[in-house]
Order: sequence, then C-alpha cells, then structure tokens
Amino acid sequence: MPAPDPLLLIAELTYRCPLHCPYCSNPTDIGADRYRDELPAADWQRVFREAADLGVLQLALTGGEPMARKEIVELVSTSTEAGLYSTLVTSALPFPRRRVEALHAAGLDHVQISFQHSDPALSDEIGGTIAFERKVKAARLARELDFPLTVNVVLHRGNIDAVESIIEMAVDLGARRLELANTQYHGWATLNREALMPTRAQLERGEEAVGRARERLGPRLEILWVLPDYYEDVPKPCMGGWARDAILVQPNGDALPCQGAASIPGFAIDNVRDRPLREIWLESEMFNAFRGTGWMGEPCRSCPLGRQEEDFGGCRCQALALTGDAAATDPVCHLSPHHDVVVAARREAEEPQPAAPPRPFVYRALETPPARV
Amino acid sequence: MALERPQLATGVRLKHDRVRDQQVLLFPEGALVLNETAVAVLELCDGDRTLDEIAALLSERYEGADVRDDVAELLAGIGERGLVVDAGA
Repeated sequence: MPAPDPLLLIAELTYRCPLHCPYCSNPTDIGADRYRDELPAADWQRVFREAADLGVLQLALTGGEPMARKEIVELVSTSTEAGLYSTLVTSALPFPRRRVEALHAAGLDHVQISFQHSDPALSDEIGGTIAFERKVKAARLARELDFPLTVNVVLHRGNIDAVESIIEMAVDLGARRLELANTQYHGWATLNREALMPTRAQLERGEEAVGRARERLGPRLEILWVLPDYYEDVPKPCMGGWARDAILVQPNGDALPCQGAASIPGFAIDNVRDRPLREIWLESEMFNAFRGTGWMGEPCRSCPLGRQEEDFGGCRCQALALTGDAAATDPVCHLSPHHDVVVAARREAEEPQPAAPPRPFVYRALETPPARV
Repeated sequence: MALERPQLATGVRLKHDRVRDQQVLLFPEGALVLNETAVAVLELCDGDRTLDEIAALLSERYEGADVRDDVAELLAGIGERGLVVDAGA
C-alpha cells in the first residue's frame, strides 16, 4: 500500500533522565552502547526540516528528558522555522526560568509535564527522585509564560485510586489537558506488570471519576482517559496504525514506527545519519513490514468485526512479547488464539496482594542489567 | 458556553499545510483539516468581533445568505473541544 503522509515526529533527544519511572516506555536496554552516541543537534535540525517537507505537523520533543540536551533552544527555533507545532514532553527537571523563557521566545508551542501522583511523597516514590515540588513550580512557570499546559500522569495500581485528586491538581495548576494514560505493558512496564496492573474495580472507579469531572468541568479541562489494553477485548490502533501517522527517532538517530519496534527482530533499522527521512519513511524495511493490512494473517485477514482498517491488527510489539510472533494478531483481541494470556494477567491482578511490603519496582536506570530496588 | 467574542484559545493556530495544500488548525497534540467555511469563520475570530459581526461579514461575502446559525454551530463544536474561547471570559 502507498505510504500516507506522516503527521507526527517523536524526537527522543536523549535517554538521560532524572526520573526512574518503573513504567517508562523507553527500551529496557537504554544503557546499551548503541544509545550513547547521541545524534548531534545539526542532524536533528535537518531531520525536523525533512519531517516538515514530508507533511509532519506535530513535533514531540521527548526522551528521556529533552531538557538534558543543551541545544534544546536551538532545536525549538528550527522547529518553529520549519512550521512544526512543537511540544516539550518534560519531567520538568530541570526547568530553569531563563531557559524556559528562551524556549518561549524560540516559538515552543506547548508544554507537557509529567506527574507521578497528586501526593508529593508518593509521586516522588514512584518517580524514584525528589521532584514533586519542582514540577509544581515548573507548571506555574509554564502558565505564567502563557504556554498551554498538559499534565500527564501514567496510571497504575499505585495511583489510580487518586484520579479525583489528580484531576483537582491539574485544574489547580491551570492545565488545559490532562492525560490519564493507563500503563501499557511495554518497555520497563513489562518488568513491573504485577506491581502495576490495576484491578477491574479500580479501573471502573477511575473511569467513573473521569466521567463526573468531565461533566463538571466541560471544555475547561480536556481529560484523556486511555484504557489499558489488557482490559479490552479488541485492540487499539497502536500508533494509529503501523507507519501510518508517526515516525519515532531514537537518541542515536535510529528511525522506527514506534517506541518498541527495535524489539522486533529480522528487519533492518535505518538511521537518519545515513538516509533522508523521506527515503526511510517510504522504503525502510522496518516501516514497510506491517504497513497497511496486506501483511495480516488469520484471524485478522478475515476479521469478522471488519476492524482491519480500524485497529490495524493492534500492537506488533505486544504480539511479539506475548506470542513470540510480531505478525500475529494482538492477543488483546478476543479472537486471537493467544487471548488467554491476557485473561490470565487480568485474573492475576484480581488476586489479593500482600499488604506489606509492597511489590518492589524495577526502577528505570541507565545501568544494565536493571537492578531491583 | 456562550461565545460572545470568540477567539482561538492559547496555543491554537491556523496554518496552511503546504504538503497537503490545505488549511489546518493546530493545537496541543492534534490537528484538524478545515474546510473553506471553517477557515473563513476562524480567520475572523479575533476576540474583538462579536458572533453577530462575524456572521454579518460572512453574509456579505456570501451574497446576503443568513449564516448566523451555521457560524454559531461551527464555533460551538470547536468550542466544545476548548479550541475557541470567549475573549471576555
């Protein structure tokens, strides 16, 4: 199938990050040698221009912590010149006033700040760093400079019961959007699935709280609520479909269709140092591997729900992780012959857990192998 | 929510997308492709003109057609998503 025009470039500027969130979507081998050699700013700037020429409208400056790149202001300037809509996806460590003012002057469009909980101590415990008060200050600075602000909280067993107070926090901080994304089990989250997966009752209470808040707040605060795949019976269109909307570039310049694609063996990975972005988008083996619907086997090929163009077979990385075959139907689908794996994980989450000590997290860290703290 | 004097919310902007040769509305982590009418309305939303004034200007442009309800409906739809706000609010 012909490649559509991409809309989004996810620029993972570095995997350095002051936080250690145990559900980080970065690869678990972020400490590996191949990520040490970070793409120089001049290459990023070329990639931004190439992305705009290719039809990309939105740029996510992320990581790791994008503010760890000393050239962040120059990168934003180039994004602005290229006409991209730029979002800084930040832990807000660091978020120094002068630098943020420079980002504003350079044309940064939008700031997204992560919080781990609305309770300061619990937020710091989940993130593995003393950070909460600095995040609050950063959010206030972003609003003072009139940036539209998104607050992002990844939800899991340990914070989902606080959805109401998280919403209050977002309102108090002046956020326009609140992303409540339930943990998806990729990257570091797969190592911590038992400790992170909520019960169905927790999810239902969370969803009800979101419904009440939407009713009360209207357009003042847009609340995004993303269900975890494991509690659904049909898959999501992961990334809006493989190589359909988005291009992700890792800190070393490797270009991928999603955060987890490097885990899929057998396909050559192209690097933006070696090939123009357009060529990668159109011709790369990795991007073409699961584009469209032609690659699908059963049960997707003859999907009785007619969802081929709706969910694009779900998530390739999840299919690989749970079935050993990246081309299999995402086992979240109740029609997958491997759906029992997902059902078993749900059942496990319902089992009573020891009250104390809580299950320890494997915290995200650059050192390999990951240490259980 | 009544939009007396509508304007694009902070962080929302109109842009001509040269690749698709279309006008798009860009906002935090999203984009909407706009038809000609929507562009004409949004270009007039400067936070100063009232809804009636915008409708009157467009009516002139479209040979006297009564467009007030269409304008109100379009702005209400975009306003529900928080992309257009009332300058007075």
